[in-house]
Amino acid sequence: MQATRGWSASASEARSGLMFVAPYLIVFAVLLIYPLISGIWLSLHKADLFGGSQFIGLENYARLFRDAVFLKAVRNTLYFVLLTVPPLTLIGLALALALNHGSRWSALVRGLFFSSSVLSVTIVTLIWRMVLVPDGGLIADLLQKIGLAPIPFLSDATLVMPAIAVTTIWWCIGLPMMLFLAALQQVPQELYEAATLDNAGRWRTLVSITLPSIRRTALVVVIIEIILQFQLFGQSQILTLGGPNNASLPIVFFIYQVGFQRWDIGYAAAASEILFCIILVAAMTQFFAARGRER
Amino acid sequence: MGNLALRNVSKRFGTTVVLDDVSLEIGASEFLVVLGPSGCGKSTLLRAIAGLESIDAGEIEIDGERVDQLAPGQRGVAMVFQGYALYPHMSVRGNIAFGLKNIGTGRTEIERRIAEVARMLEMEHLLDRMPSELSGGQRQRVAIGRAIVKDPKVFMFDEPLSNLDAALRSRTRQEIANLHRRIKKAMVFVTHDQTEAMTLADRIVVMNQRRIEQIGTPLQVYRQPATVFVATFIGSPAMNILPVTRCAGTGTHQCVRLADGTPIETTLPEASLPADGALRLGLRPEAVRLTAPGDGDTSAAVEFVEFLGDKTHVYLSLSGGDRIVALHGAAAQARPGDSVGVSFDHAAAHLFGADGRTLRPPG
Repeated sequence: MQATRGWSASASEARSGLMFVAPYLIVFAVLLIYPLISGIWLSLHKADLFGGSQFIGLENYARLFRDAVFLKAVRNTLYFVLLTVPPLTLIGLALALALNHGSRWSALVRGLFFSSSVLSVTIVTLIWRMVLVPDGGLIADLLQKIGLAPIPFLSDATLVMPAIAVTTIWWCIGLPMMLFLAALQQVPQELYEAATLDNAGRWRTLVSITLPSIRRTALVVVIIEIILQFQLFGQSQILTLGGPNNASLPIVFFIYQVGFQRWDIGYAAAASEILFCIILVAAMTQFFAARGRER
Repeated sequence: MGNLALRNVSKRFGTTVVLDDVSLEIGASEFLVVLGPSGCGKSTLLRAIAGLESIDAGEIEIDGERVDQLAPGQRGVAMVFQGYALYPHMSVRGNIAFGLKNIGTGRTEIERRIAEVARMLEMEHLLDRMPSELSGGQRQRVAIGRAIVKDPKVFMFDEPLSNLDAALRSRTRQEIANLHRRIKKAMVFVTHDQTEAMTLADRIVVMNQRRIEQIGTPLQVYRQPATVFVATFIGSPAMNILPVTRCAGTGTHQCVRLADGTPIETTLPEASLPADGALRLGLRPEAVRLTAPGDGDTSAAVEFVEFLGDKTHVYLSLSGGDRIVALHGAAAQARPGDSVGVSFDHAAAHLFGADGRTLRPPG
């Protein structure tokens, strides 16, 4: 009797619990699970944006692995992630460490560094276009003043990705900085005082107290930035249109071109699924690597 | 020479004075407890000695060497923090070794000292655990171990027992007292808990409003409080403080009269006291005895009775309107509303002047 009552109580608890999570689950299913499955299903078809579709199995995927432009886009995107995620993490941390005190000056500088994050990608790229273009751009003017030739950042296949990476770091640095600042402010002051009494210098305190205390935030920052930077699109589209010679063509831009310019949405869906897998693997690898180190 | 000396130390935060001209000396193996209510400046005093707060005026010396300009790590002090401040990502061994590593102590010497401290504090089995795997009492022990291993000249404790439950607090108090007996080093212990102060201290520094009210042995601060503040802060229930007027005594001692007219002859020579100014009488609850109605110095109505097992607090209202508390044995018969007689131990009466300081015979 006792057991039955216990079971029915826990069942009713589960029912009411389910009711609380139901609104989220419905939204999750409709807006995430359904599109994900529908995307996978679409990637198995030869489908036109305005016409019919035909099931072709894994042919789209096979095509992708033979497509030199797609493979270049994958390489470009990986290169871009390597160019942006480590600097975003390290510069974000450095800024947070430098600005982690209560002075009015540091509050002002924090605001300044964060202000770029609220700009739209269009504004950011327009600003950086004015900096980077060889014809009357800020850097070109400065170089000319000291007698040097302008550098064609946006039309040189070697320089274009680093230039987009710098633009992106400038745009996105606010979020990692703020996340690190929030983490730093959670480190108890007593730990620093104990370290001072333990004769720990600034470097030792940073390495032995501060960094271990904010390692979870560092992991979050890296994962968030990996996910965000794999989705490079706007900067590349507005600054270079993926050029020169596809040197700055990222995966998302490739998907956009295939899906919305060539209307081949089955092929675009397959590319999207591959991007999804790459992001998932990259984020999970980082997550498990960090967790393994912690153990 | 005292192991630790503070001379005219002052500290301000902006325009707020947090330490006002504090001077004191602590013997080389003395256990000094700094006692006071929240915000009295006692933690700031400790942090100033440790170097975690700079001072605006005065000098701090340890072993005859001026240290107030030195970095905290170079002062030869170790501190046990209120929240223990164990490094959460280091094992117990790592926590204890951290300070030694930073001053370049050799690996073998570090291991030897850790083993010695672990044996002394009976925590050998905890050395490879992380702080998150320890109970409050174990963390406390590690924090003490981390302090001992550095072999400092002065130990500082910043309310180290306040996070422990009552039973553990009592046991840890005894352990700290034992530790002090064994290592015989100067210890400065900050607390707002008078039981900790009375049980641990060789001397107590009572602080109030950023100044030292009194420095003395536990017995001195209890029996000869220097001010009304000390008289009421030390002892539970607090000392009864009653406004009184002067009266003509029978002898040479100062006689005072309660609001209900009851005369009390103190042990203070009348000639040694100021001729005018308001006076207040201080009587510990144990100096107030209940008697049969009509007996004793005066009569009172019982307002409230607190039975605590081994003793009883009886709250009384005197006929003049004064309220006092009497400490009675376990089996007090008084009930709220009863009329009782009250007798005072005149010899135990304290007199305080208008400035709140105790009045004592000269010499």
